[in-house]
Parts: sequence; structure tokens; C-alpha cells
Amino acid sequence: MIHLSDVNKRFGIGTTSISAVEGVSLEIAKGEIFGIIGYSGAGKSTLIRLLNGLEMPTSGSVKIGGREISAIRGGELREARQKVSMIFQHFNLLWSRTVKENIGFPLEIAGVRKVERERKVAELIELVGLSGRENAYPSELSGGQKQRVGIARALANDPEVLLCDEATSALDPETTDSILNLLTDINERLGLTIVLITHEMHVIRKICHRVAVMEAGKVVEIGNVLDVFQAPREAITKRFVLQVTEPVETRQAIAHIKEEYPSGSLIKLIFVGERTEQPVLASLIRKYDIDVNIVQGNISHTHGGAYGTLLLQLVGDADVIAKAINYLHEEDVKTEVIGSD
Amino acid sequence: MIENLFPHVDWEKMWEATQQTLYMTAVSTFFTFVIGLALGVLLFLSGPRQLWSNKIVNVIIGAIVNVYRSIPFIILIILLIPFTKFLIGTIRGPDAALPALIIGAAPFYARMVLIALQEIDKGVIEAAKSMGAKTRTIIFKVLLAESMPALLSGITVTAIALVGYTAMAGAIGAGGLGTLAYFEGFQRNRNDITIMATILILIIVFIIQFIGDVLIKRFDKR
Repeated sequence: MIHLSDVNKRFGIGTTSISAVEGVSLEIAKGEIFGIIGYSGAGKSTLIRLLNGLEMPTSGSVKIGGREISAIRGGELREARQKVSMIFQHFNLLWSRTVKENIGFPLEIAGVRKVERERKVAELIELVGLSGRENAYPSELSGGQKQRVGIARALANDPEVLLCDEATSALDPETTDSILNLLTDINERLGLTIVLITHEMHVIRKICHRVAVMEAGKVVEIGNVLDVFQAPREAITKRFVLQVTEPVETRQAIAHIKEEYPSGSLIKLIFVGERTEQPVLASLIRKYDIDVNIVQGNISHTHGGAYGTLLLQLVGDADVIAKAINYLHEEDVKTEVIGSD
Repeated sequence: MIENLFPHVDWEKMWEATQQTLYMTAVSTFFTFVIGLALGVLLFLSGPRQLWSNKIVNVIIGAIVNVYRSIPFIILIILLIPFTKFLIGTIRGPDAALPALIIGAAPFYARMVLIALQEIDKGVIEAAKSMGAKTRTIIFKVLLAESMPALLSGITVTAIALVGYTAMAGAIGAGGLGTLAYFEGFQRNRNDITIMATILILIIVFIIQFIGDVLIKRFDKR
């Protein structure tokens, strides 16, 4: 569906120019929810704007559904944009228009007749759950409702691709979840390809199938969300994964338990997919003569399955602990020694 | 009672002068709105990183606007005498005041339009672009629609300034309440005429402000 090959984007000319996107090649399948994560300034905003021609690449090609976005201009580009719509962090609604009129705006642009427009707008209002708010102005809506208007507006011309530019970054956690559910729902119901950029791993974990990690204009890591969670390669990816799997409290808990029980080994068990449902721990305790202290446990559900971590303190003879860890490996559970003495 | 307070006022003349002032204000406000809007939009669109970004056009329009905005109105009228004579055929009467009024006020309004447009969230323009909107659609349905309250308050202020300009133009024979106040009131030392003309001008200003406020309130959905 989306095909980027060796895309570069530089701003400015000569020695003062800044490279925003460097040598990015990507392949995004139809119906996929693809996440791009990176800190601010990583180039993800520029990258997503290359997909609808709001920015043109300095070199390389951007193709969507067989159409080369980076090669078309004028009317052809405007027409292509109707099929690659976008939602924004700050919603970008027209405050001078009601909910209904905002959603109808892209239809006006596409030259849809009034009767047809009204039918479509009513349908979209229903889809995003804004019934009863048709005639409200954006100033009368909450952040979540505004983003729902943004989504309805983006869907008005039956796009093939939906681009989400930090669509949930201005929302509180609860509203974020409801918007993410709506996006998943739309993806499943309409078979829409969704590309989203974010700096929150939580968003990637919750709805994405695949993820690309961006740093300094380059895609440094790419893969299925579950695989990336399980085995992040780059330092930056590890940091993003920690956002979800190891909140600040855990780090404090680890520090605390190290002080409390200076004798044992702290290990992290990583369960993926079906392993999360097996009683590995029970048999571990039964088989080996060690004391097991549970420090922290966590299961994250991603699109590809569950991903769990369990922090244990093992107290006992060193060779028994080694055998126990070996047993875990045999059971296909990954371990990571956090700290021992 | 009123006859005693204003012994010299010829009410028929006063009414005629009021109509002339209203005529000059209305016509010049209309053209100022149209021309100022066009100049302001052009100034905005030709600015850096805008849709029609063009440094040369931007600098030229900017210079014209700044120069005409800076010339004191009374001097502008004199400078424009040949132009007025060519355009209108005479330099006396309400019609002859129009070119100077419009040329004096349109650049002033253009600046206000520019400021109003710069207040619009860039994200909204980007959103319209991302929907495949043409520049014309962006101008009319986004830029002008979204800045309407500011455009209206700008034209209200400009219209009130124009009432003042008509009085000044009156001093050199454009007609209206300014002429009456200056020639009949001041030069013949009949203060009651000057005061009555002032009262009428104030009433006109208050009415303009009132209409402006009502319109702004209707358009402002923020």
C-alpha cells in the first residue's frame, strides 16, 4: 500500500541545511496499523507529511497505492490527498463551523452535492459516536470529542490511508484509550491502513501491528510490535519499551529489594504469547530448593499477543540458581539478570 | 428650546450635510473593505512560508501599504488633487473626497487584515491542505471565515476613522458635517453649528460601533 524508497528530506540549502529524514525505506501493507515512534525532533512529523505531500522529499520516492505522491503536483496531488487523510495533535478544526459543517468540509472540497453530503455526515457522526452534538461548535467540545470530529472529517472522503500526527498526545490517558479503540475499530471495520506517529510506547503497544523507531532522521529499528517489545535491539528502543514495561515504581522497588535482601539474585523473566498462561513459576519452586520473592509483575497486551515480565529475587545456592535459570530457558522463558552480588 | 440652544442651525442644511457624511463614510468604507481585504490577503499569502510565498511581491505591497498609511490624511488629499480631478472631474463635493478617503484608509485596513490572518492557527490551514483544498477554498472558507470577527472589528475601527477623515476632507470643501462645522460654524463664529455637527458625528460613530459589535458577536464562535 505504502512504499518509501530511500527517502531523504533536507530543509534549507547549503551548509545551513538540516536533514530531517535520512535514507528511509519502508513498506506498509494494506490494512496495517503502522506506528512510528521517536522523540521530538527525530523527523517523524516530517516523515508523515511526506506521505500526503505536505512535504516533498529532497530525493527518493513515496508511493501510495501505486501513485507516486512525490512526483505529482497541483490538481492531481489535491485529488490524491482526499484518499490519504490526516488527523492532528491539536485537532485543527475550524472554530467558525459546527461539528456537522467541519465534517462536511472535505466533502465540499471534493465537490459532493449537498444532499449526499448531509447523508454522509450523519453516517460519520454516528460512526464516531457524536450523535446529538451535530450543531455544537468546537469551542463547546471536550478534547476527546474534538478528536472524534477530526476522525470523522478525515474519513469523509472514504480514504485508503489515515495518517495520525500525535493524535492522542494532547489527551488524558482515559480519552487516549477511547480514541485508540475508535481507531482500531475503524481499522477493522473499514480495512483502512493507519500510519501513526507518537512518542508514547503505550500507543504503539495498544494498537499497532508493526513499529518503526526513528532517531535523528533515520529508522533505526523496525519490526512486529511483539518482537520489538520482546527483544529491542537499539538503546533508544529499549528506553521506549521500558516506558511501558518498567514504570518508575518498579525501579524503586528493585532498589528497595536490593537493600532489603542483599543476598539473592534479581532476575527478570520475559514471557511471550502462550507462555504467559503456563504455570512455569509453580514448577520452578517445586523442583528447586530456592526461595522466590516476587518483586513486580506486568503483562502488556499487544496486537500480536501478550507480553509479560516478572521480576524475581532468587535466594539460595549459586549453582541451584544457575540450574533454575537453565530450567526456565528450557521452558522457553527468557531471563535477564538485573543485579546480583 | 432647541431653537434657543442652536439659534443659527439651519436644520435642512444640517440634514443634507449629515446625509453627505453618511454617503462618504458608507461608500469609502465599502471600497476600503474590498481593497484592504485584497491587499491584506495578498500580503499574507506572499509572506514567508505561505501559499504564494514571494519575496518581491511581499516587499512591494508591504512598502505601498506602509507609505500610504504614513502620509497624514490632510496632505494626502492635497497630493491626490490631480488624480481626483482626472477620476471624478472635480475636486469639490462628496464624490471628490472618495479617492483620498479610500486610498488613505485601505492600506490601514490591509494591515489589520494581515494581523487578523496571522492570528489563524497554521494547523487549520495545514488541515485544509491535507484535505486537498484549492488555494481559493483556503482563502474563502478558511482564512476569511476563521478571521471574520477580527476582520469585522477592524472594519469598524476603520469606518470610525473614516468618519473623522470625511470631516477633515470637509475642511477643504468635500461637503458634509465637516464643511458645515468649519465654514458655517468656525469661520462665521457660530459655535452652535459646530457643536450640533459634532453631536451628529458622535451619533454616527456610536451607531457604527453598535452595528460592528452586533456583527462581531454573531460571527464569533470561539
